Amino acid sequence: MNFEMTDDRRMLADSLGKLLGSHFGIEHRNSVAYEAPFHDKAGWKALAEIGILYAFISEDAGGMGGSGFDLLAVFEQMGAALCPEPLLGAAMAAPLLAEAGEDLEPLLSGEAIYALAVDEPDAPWDADAGTTEGGDTLTGRKTAVYGANAATHFLVSARQAGKLSLFEVKAEQAAVSPWGMIDGGGAGELMLDATPARCLLPDAGEAIAAALDWGRLALCAEAVGAMDWCYATTLDYLKSRKQFGREIGSFQALQHRMVEMKTAIEQARSITILAADRMDSRSVAMAKSLVGRTARKVSEEAIQLHGGIGMTWEYPLSHYAKRLVMLDAQLGDADFHTARVAARYA
Amino acid sequence: MDLSYSPEEQAFQKEVRQFLADELPEDIAARVKAGGEVSKKDTERWHAILQARGWLAQTWPEEHGGPGWGPVERHIFDEEAARAYAPRILPFGLQMLGPVLIKFGSDEQKAHYLPRILDGTDWWCQGYSEPGAGSDLASLKTKAVREGDEYVVNGQKTWTTLGQHADWIFCLVRTDGSGKPQEGISFLLIDMNTPGIEVRPIRLIEGGHEVNEVFFTDVRVPAENLVWEENDGWTVAKYLLTHERTGIAGVGFSIAAFERVKALAERTMRGGKRLIDDPLFAARLAEVEMDLEAMKIFNLRMLAEAQRVGHPGVETSMLKIRGTEVRQALNDLYRRALGPAAALIPGEAPGGNAALVAPEDEAAAASYFNNRKISIFGGSNEIQKNILTKAMLEL
Repeated sequence: MNFEMTDDRRMLADSLGKLLGSHFGIEHRNSVAYEAPFHDKAGWKALAEIGILYAFISEDAGGMGGSGFDLLAVFEQMGAALCPEPLLGAAMAAPLLAEAGEDLEPLLSGEAIYALAVDEPDAPWDADAGTTEGGDTLTGRKTAVYGANAATHFLVSARQAGKLSLFEVKAEQAAVSPWGMIDGGGAGELMLDATPARCLLPDAGEAIAAALDWGRLALCAEAVGAMDWCYATTLDYLKSRKQFGREIGSFQALQHRMVEMKTAIEQARSITILAADRMDSRSVAMAKSLVGRTARKVSEEAIQLHGGIGMTWEYPLSHYAKRLVMLDAQLGDADFHTARVAARYA
Repeated sequence: MDLSYSPEEQAFQKEVRQFLADELPEDIAARVKAGGEVSKKDTERWHAILQARGWLAQTWPEEHGGPGWGPVERHIFDEEAARAYAPRILPFGLQMLGPVLIKFGSDEQKAHYLPRILDGTDWWCQGYSEPGAGSDLASLKTKAVREGDEYVVNGQKTWTTLGQHADWIFCLVRTDGSGKPQEGISFLLIDMNTPGIEVRPIRLIEGGHEVNEVFFTDVRVPAENLVWEENDGWTVAKYLLTHERTGIAGVGFSIAAFERVKALAERTMRGGKRLIDDPLFAARLAEVEMDLEAMKIFNLRMLAEAQRVGHPGVETSMLKIRGTEVRQALNDLYRRALGPAAALIPGEAPGGNAALVAPEDEAAAASYFNNRKISIFGGSNEIQKNILTKAMLEL
C-alpha cells in the first residue's frame, strides 16, 4: 500500500498549482469565468505549455500519463484554483481520439480544443438514449456542451445503422448557441441540421461510456480540490471572526460541524482514489454519487459557517460554493449514479 | 499510489483465511452470525485456539507473547475474522490491560499477570465509568484510601461489560481529591472475589445482560496492585485511550453486515417482487455501500500512515465516527428488510409452517437496538469530535 503521489505527478501538480496561482487569481478568474467566451487564450496556452494535456494520454500513445491518478493530480489543482478553462472536454476527448487512431498532436499541444457533445435535452447523461441521427451529416440537438464557446472541434455521439457512433464536427461548420454557467465557464447548445461530420468510431458505445467515466473522475477530483479549499478557508474564518467577544471557532456547535465537514471530505477523497485506481463503471458511479452529495453539503456548510460574508460575490468562497453544488449536474447527478449502483443488485 | 496489499501481506491474508476455515468452530460461528450472545465458554474456546497459534495477544510485543504484527496484519486479521463470523477477541485483558502493564507495570506485575491473561486463567473487566463520570471520566469519585499495605476502596463503577464473568477488574480510583480532576487518579487492579464487591446486572434495551454495576464497600486491596505511580493514573488511562486504535472503523463487521442485508433482500418478497429490486430500497443500500467502500480506502490510508510514522494519527477518530455510523445504518436496513417479522423476540419465534424468518435473522431488531451503543462507548462520537477539534482544527 502506498497513498503517496509519484514524484512525476507531484511535480506536474506543483507546477500547475503555481501557474494557476499566478495566472488565475480570483479576480482574473471571475472575469474569464463569467464573460463570453469563458476562456483565456493566454491562460490556455500556458496550461498547454507546462504539458498538462499530456497527462490524459498514455506513454504508448504519445502522452505522459493516461491513468486515473494522472487525472487526479491535474483536476485537484484545477478545483483548488477554480479554473474555468475547458479542460474537461480534453480529458474526455483524449481517450476517444486515441481509440480512433487520430493524430493527438493538436490536442496535446493545446492548439485544438475539443468539446464532447453527448447529452440531449430529453436524455441528459445517457448517451444510449440520444436520438441524433448520423451519416455523412448529423441532425439533432446536443445540450450542455461544456466549453462550446472555446471549442475548435466537437466530438458528437449519434445513431448510425443501429449503433452508437462517434463523429467529429468542426466548430466553423457548427451552429452553436452558447450560454454562461452560474458557477463560471461556458456551455452551449449544438444545433445540428445536416451538419457535415466525419465518423471517427462506427461502434463507439463502450468508448463513449469510458470517456464519460474519465470525465466523471475528473469532476470528482476537481470537487476534492475545491472542497479542500473551502474547508481551509472556513477554518481560517472561524479563527479570525469574533462575536460575543470570542472567536466563533470556540463554539462547539461550529467545531463539530467542521469535524463533520472534514470527515465527509476524507470519505469523498477516499472513494475518488478508489475510482482512479479501478476506473470501472461501478467505482466511478459510486464516486460521482458520493462526491456529488458531499460537495453540496460542504458548499452549504461553508456558506452557513461564514454567515453573510459567504453570500457575497466579492468573497471568493461564494464562487467555490457555486461550483461545488453545480458540478453534480454534470455527467450525471448523485441520483443518476446511485441508480446505476443500485441497478447492479438486480 | 498503490491500493493493494504487498505480496507478503497477501500471503498473510491467505494464511488467516485458511486458519479461520480450519480452526473456527462451526457452532460458534453460527451463534455469532445469528447475532445472539456469545457465551463465556465460546469466548474461552476461541481464545485458546488463537493462543495455540500465537495469535491471541495481537498488540503485544513478541517478547511478551505477541505475534509481532504491525497495523496492517492486525487489520487483515480483524477483517477476515469478522467476515468469517468469529467471536470478537475480548479486549479487556488482551487489548487494554496487557499493553498498559507492558508499558507501565512493574516487572513483578508483568511476570504475574501477562501469562494468566494469555492462558485464560484471569477474565478481566474494566472499571472506568461511574454513574456521574461517563464522557467526563476525570470526574470519577470511587475512592481508594491508603491504610498501611492496603488501599480501602469505596464507590461504584458502571457499564462494566461482562463483569459477571470476571475474575479481576482494573479500576481508575481517586486517591487524592485536592487538585484538578485529572490529578489524584490511580490505576488499581482488584480481585473480584474480594469481600465488599457486589455485581448487579443492568438489563439493556433489547433485553440482554451484557453490562453491570459494580459496588465497592470497604474493599481492601493490596498496595502492590497499584500500577504506575499513585495519583498519575490519568497518564495510564490516556495511553489506553490513544493506543492501538487502528481497528476502530470495524470495517470487517460492516462488510459482513452489508452482505447479510443484501442476501436477505434477495430472498425477501414484497408485493410479488424481490425487495432488492425495489428501487428505493436498492438506492438506500447503494448509498451505504458507497460509504462503506469509501471507508475501506480511508481506513487503508490511515493504516499506511500508521505504518509510515509508527503510530496511528488522530484522524482515526474520524474512522470511529464513520465506522459506527455505517454499521448502524446497516443494522437499520437489516431490521427494516424483515418488515413486520422484525418485531419478534429472538428465540420465541414460532416454528414449522408458522416460521416467520430464518433463525439466523431473528436477532435483527435486537442487534439494531444493541448496536446503538457503538456510537456511545469507547469515547462517544461527540467526544471524538472534541478530540478532533483540539488536534486538527486548533480551534
